[in-house]
Amino acid sequence: MCDHRCFVYEIVKMSGSSNLVAMKKIVQQLRFEASINRVKVSQAAADLQQFCMQNALQDPLLTGVSSSTNPFRPQKVCSFL
Amino acid sequence: TCEYNYVLSCISCEPRVLSLQNILSLILFLLPASALTTGIYMIFSTKPEMATQEVQPNETLTNLKAESDTLKTKLEDERAKLHDVELHQVAEKVDGLGQFIMKTRRTLKGHGNKVLCMDWCKDKRRIVSSSQDGKVIVWDAFTTNKEHAVTMPCTWVMACAYAPSGCAVACGGLDNKCSVYPLSLDKNENLAAKKKSVAMHTNYLSACSFTNSDMQILTSSGDGTCALWDVESGQLLQSFHGHAADVLCLDLAPSETGNTFVSGGCDKKANVWDMRSGQCIQSFETHESDINSVRYYPSGDAFASGSDDATCRLYDLRADREVAIYSKESIIFGASSVDFSLSGRLLFGGYNDYTINVWDVLKGTRVSILFGHENRVSTLRLSPDGTAFCSGSWDHTLRIWA
Repeated sequence: MCDHRCFVYEIVKMSGSSNLVAMKKIVQQLRFEASINRVKVSQAAADLQQFCMQNALQDPLLTGVSSSTNPFRPQKVCSFL
Repeated sequence: TCEYNYVLSCISCEPRVLSLQNILSLILFLLPASALTTGIYMIFSTKPEMATQEVQPNETLTNLKAESDTLKTKLEDERAKLHDVELHQVAEKVDGLGQFIMKTRRTLKGHGNKVLCMDWCKDKRRIVSSSQDGKVIVWDAFTTNKEHAVTMPCTWVMACAYAPSGCAVACGGLDNKCSVYPLSLDKNENLAAKKKSVAMHTNYLSACSFTNSDMQILTSSGDGTCALWDVESGQLLQSFHGHAADVLCLDLAPSETGNTFVSGGCDKKANVWDMRSGQCIQSFETHESDINSVRYYPSGDAFASGSDDATCRLYDLRADREVAIYSKESIIFGASSVDFSLSGRLLFGGYNDYTINVWDVLKGTRVSILFGHENRVSTLRLSPDGTAFCSGSWDHTLRIWA
């Protein structure tokens, strides 16, 4: 939690190459990112494709929706005889 | 002679290296703010000798730099090892999409200047849009009637969002704030009177989004940070540091996939964040220019980005890499906004050359190109039920396509 109301500010003057703290942060972040588990692209791609296929029928823009169910498509005009 | 830089740190935040000018303006900004009237502030400096005593002998700058380079190479190697195939190769056996016809079904006219942002209400018919002229308008997209209009105290209202309940809208821009306006059923009521200032940044607000409820808002800013706020109290709940330049866009993961969001910035990076811890959990840097828009794939396992480098790209979170690029030699203008269709098969991209390109996400090919806007397309969102999408443009109008 980062609560503005209880900050204690510490301003530290650092001489010379003061990018040390920033560099430490970068290295920490890189260590974290290097440690995550990854899957092969073939697996990931297959899953993306499967999701598309499974949901294709529920995608109105893919299946095309008739004017009766799509409120934005023009309604057929009724005429009274 | 030594050059002095300053480090700002607090007990609950990551340390940040700031210039003297930034420190001074940060103090001047924070002290008068109403949220900070209680509490104790201590500002002290230490002599340079004391600072260097705290440095571990093996963590000199050169060692850290070397480790950083090794880690970066290791990351590239790990990602490359798993790159065994391209997405479009996997999708070769999939049927191609037929002819794709979409037209403008409604045109919403009423803004006096460039439309910068829009969002749909969950009721699938109302839309909120914001403009350079400082106005925020709520429309009924079926009838094209304007239901509410608010005049903001600033121009360039770059961000707006509808609350999940449909009872409020949030907006902000050059005022560096995100404000929430409860929507009243009484058309005559002055909405500006009930305005609540929620977020405060030190530079322009580029994007905002409610989380799953009306109670929390996520914001991104030109000050390089994203932040999560409590709407009722205006309290900062979490801040997200990691971008090296302006953050231009953000998108929340679909609710089933947990508490993460993705942001894109002028540093060409797209970062995925854990909302609870504030940590950046994944980072992608393959774009060649500013990332203007990011949007999650409907399953939550990937996200797309649109950039000033005239490409849209798809990044898979589990493979931790870019898996597709949507580009053509004939497309040379930047993509300002992207969104997926409900199944994730189609990617809609609004571009600065006034067109909307529709891409087959799996095959990587362009399915259609939509003309109609008379200036840059600046914003684009699919409707909540996926039957249509809305685009906003610098030509002062919004269009509903279906």
